[in-house]
Amino acid sequence: MKSEERRSFLKLGLALGGTALTGVGCLNSKSDQSEEKVKLLSTDGKLVEVDASKIQEVDHHHHHAMSRSESREGIPGKKFVMVVDLARCGNARKCIESCEKAHHIPHSRPFIKVLKIQDNPDSSPYWMPKKCYQCDNPPCVKVCPVSATYKRSDGIVLIDNERCIGCRFCMSACPYSARVFNWSAPEQPADYDLPYSPETSVPSKIGTVEKCDFCPDMLRDDKLPHCVTSCPNGALYFGDKMADSVTNGDETVRFRKLLEDKGGYRYLEELGTEPNVYYLPPVDRMFPFEEMEEDS
Amino acid sequence: MNNNLTFQQDSSTITSIENDLLRHIPAKSKKFNIWIGILLIIIAIGAFAYYRQIRYGLIVTAMRDYTSWGIYISNFVFFVAISLVGSLVSCILKLSNAKWSIPLTRISEIIAIAAIICASIIIIVDMGRPDRFVNVLVHMRIQSPIIWDVIIIATYLALSFLMLYVSLIPDIALCRDKIPNLPKWQKKFYRIFAVNWKSDPKQYKIINHLIAILSVLIIPVAFAIHTVTSWLFSTTWRPGWDSTNLGPYFVSGALMAGAAVIIVAMYFIRRHMALERYLTEKHFDNMGRLLVLLSLIYLYFNINEYLGPTFKMVGVEEEHITELFFGKYAFMYWLVQIFGLLIPIIVLVFRKMRKPLPLLIISGLVILGAWFKRFLIVIPSLQHPYLPIQDVQDSYRYYVPTWEEWAITMASFAGVLLIITILIKLFPVIPIWETIEENSNKIEST
Repeated sequence: MKSEERRSFLKLGLALGGTALTGVGCLNSKSDQSEEKVKLLSTDGKLVEVDASKIQEVDHHHHHAMSRSESREGIPGKKFVMVVDLARCGNARKCIESCEKAHHIPHSRPFIKVLKIQDNPDSSPYWMPKKCYQCDNPPCVKVCPVSATYKRSDGIVLIDNERCIGCRFCMSACPYSARVFNWSAPEQPADYDLPYSPETSVPSKIGTVEKCDFCPDMLRDDKLPHCVTSCPNGALYFGDKMADSVTNGDETVRFRKLLEDKGGYRYLEELGTEPNVYYLPPVDRMFPFEEMEEDS
Repeated sequence: MNNNLTFQQDSSTITSIENDLLRHIPAKSKKFNIWIGILLIIIAIGAFAYYRQIRYGLIVTAMRDYTSWGIYISNFVFFVAISLVGSLVSCILKLSNAKWSIPLTRISEIIAIAAIICASIIIIVDMGRPDRFVNVLVHMRIQSPIIWDVIIIATYLALSFLMLYVSLIPDIALCRDKIPNLPKWQKKFYRIFAVNWKSDPKQYKIINHLIAILSVLIIPVAFAIHTVTSWLFSTTWRPGWDSTNLGPYFVSGALMAGAAVIIVAMYFIRRHMALERYLTEKHFDNMGRLLVLLSLIYLYFNINEYLGPTFKMVGVEEEHITELFFGKYAFMYWLVQIFGLLIPIIVLVFRKMRKPLPLLIISGLVILGAWFKRFLIVIPSLQHPYLPIQDVQDSYRYYVPTWEEWAITMASFAGVLLIITILIKLFPVIPIWETIEENSNKIEST
């Protein structure tokens, strides 16, 4: 299955998607008679009527980059969660690749790691994809002296790299080592002329902290984060807790039912950080555990 | 305190005290210039290293994503610790009426100010974006322990300056009145900062009052600066930092290191400025006793800090303890604990070892131990995160400071010494008026 096909993310962003679809639909019935009215669904969910001639298509594939202040607000009515099915992870590392590509980050400081975890000496090791857990009680946000890292209403923790002073207190505070630092000038394509947005985390800046951002720019376009769509095994489920629905691109399932059926848990629950990334235990595995070849 | 008595004192005694303690101010010496020159060269090398850091980023350091704090931070903690010495001598000893400590007050206040200034500089050096320092003020988030630290350090710096300055005023007036042949700027400098001091009993009453208030105010602030600094660590989940013991552990270690610093400073000032009459063997003996007491307190908090996790040996705490006791930091750890803590306690119990030279050597060991102890507090903890360190370049697993980090650290030490040297050169290093006042009190009581 091609990753593009999985990107139709049904449950997400009803409001924006609704407007755009209706708008496109109306454009097809192109008319010059200005008297003709069309009914549209506005972004806040109201039914409105406008002159057909006034309608302009909104480019909904490339949402404009959210400004630094806009990025501080979450996407209304959403609470994003991720569920990682450890039984499906075969350490293909496609999530890391796609994330590096999308965020233009070098191999030395990936946002995602796939760790070999062995819970006790007698149990079999397994691969555990790990990214920022977007905690509800985020240690990083609590220690930041300048509010450069912040928690949004949709649950996402972002970093404003134009405010970050590079004190790295957040890196010490994060018990999951989710944060990376631009120790030197970032190696990124020079032709990167898009304006900076905390939602895209590009361009990176020297002397500031970065981490996995749950790809809010994709979410605004009703698309799944890059790691989810690139996983060949469908190990990553992503969705909206409010809608109780998560999808790995192949199947869309109820979030709570999934946790209930498969014994979902959060890593290091005892730290009280309230992560928004859940794990399903590595039972009935799709792959036997294989060590990675030592190459890179 | 009866200041009229100062006038009843034998005027020749007063003159000789003034002569002894003002002598170095107009003096020109080659040794002094060479000393300043050496310090400036070390600072220049550090400045060049910092230029490289600004230009290429923190990549010039050995810090990486796991060991994200290095010797800048441990050195910062060390300087904050040293700065507590001001409160120890000029407040705690003073308020407990330990009159013998009067000649040490100004030295300790000067060291405190020099250390706290360099601590502030080194923390800016550690920032990835020093150009955005203004964000700390503009976007200040009072919930962050870093902001608590900024506020409390600024408060301590201000109070320490006040304390030093207020107790200096009568002596600045002496500099203004009693030293002939000073350059014009220096005369003007003393005239301005003597703020029309006339040795009026009323004026003495005011500054004695002010000093008493400041002595009381400084103690909680001094305890707070190091306690808050410990909270930068204990508010996280890192092994070795996640401890309620960290505040008193830091404060007691700071007082111990501070006492050692005073002893070293006392030794060199006494020798180079021929002040044997004022800084006597009795002072060394007393400071030696004090150092034993403070080391015992620190030992107590050390045991508290390590016993619990060592007994339980659980998870990342176990990894951390194993690393310190038997792992790659074991050599440093045992050197620090044995030569920087245990041996000084045992050795200093003997009177002979509290003579100036042996005490100097032991204090040197204590200071070295204190510096490396802070390295051991900051760095190994960061190398034991909850999730294993995998799939990274080798440079991410180890931390061996680069020459740039050492150069900047050395420059910060040179900075402390430079500030101390300049202040000592400008002002009497032993408070003249308090010495005279104390003398007259003795006369009165006999």
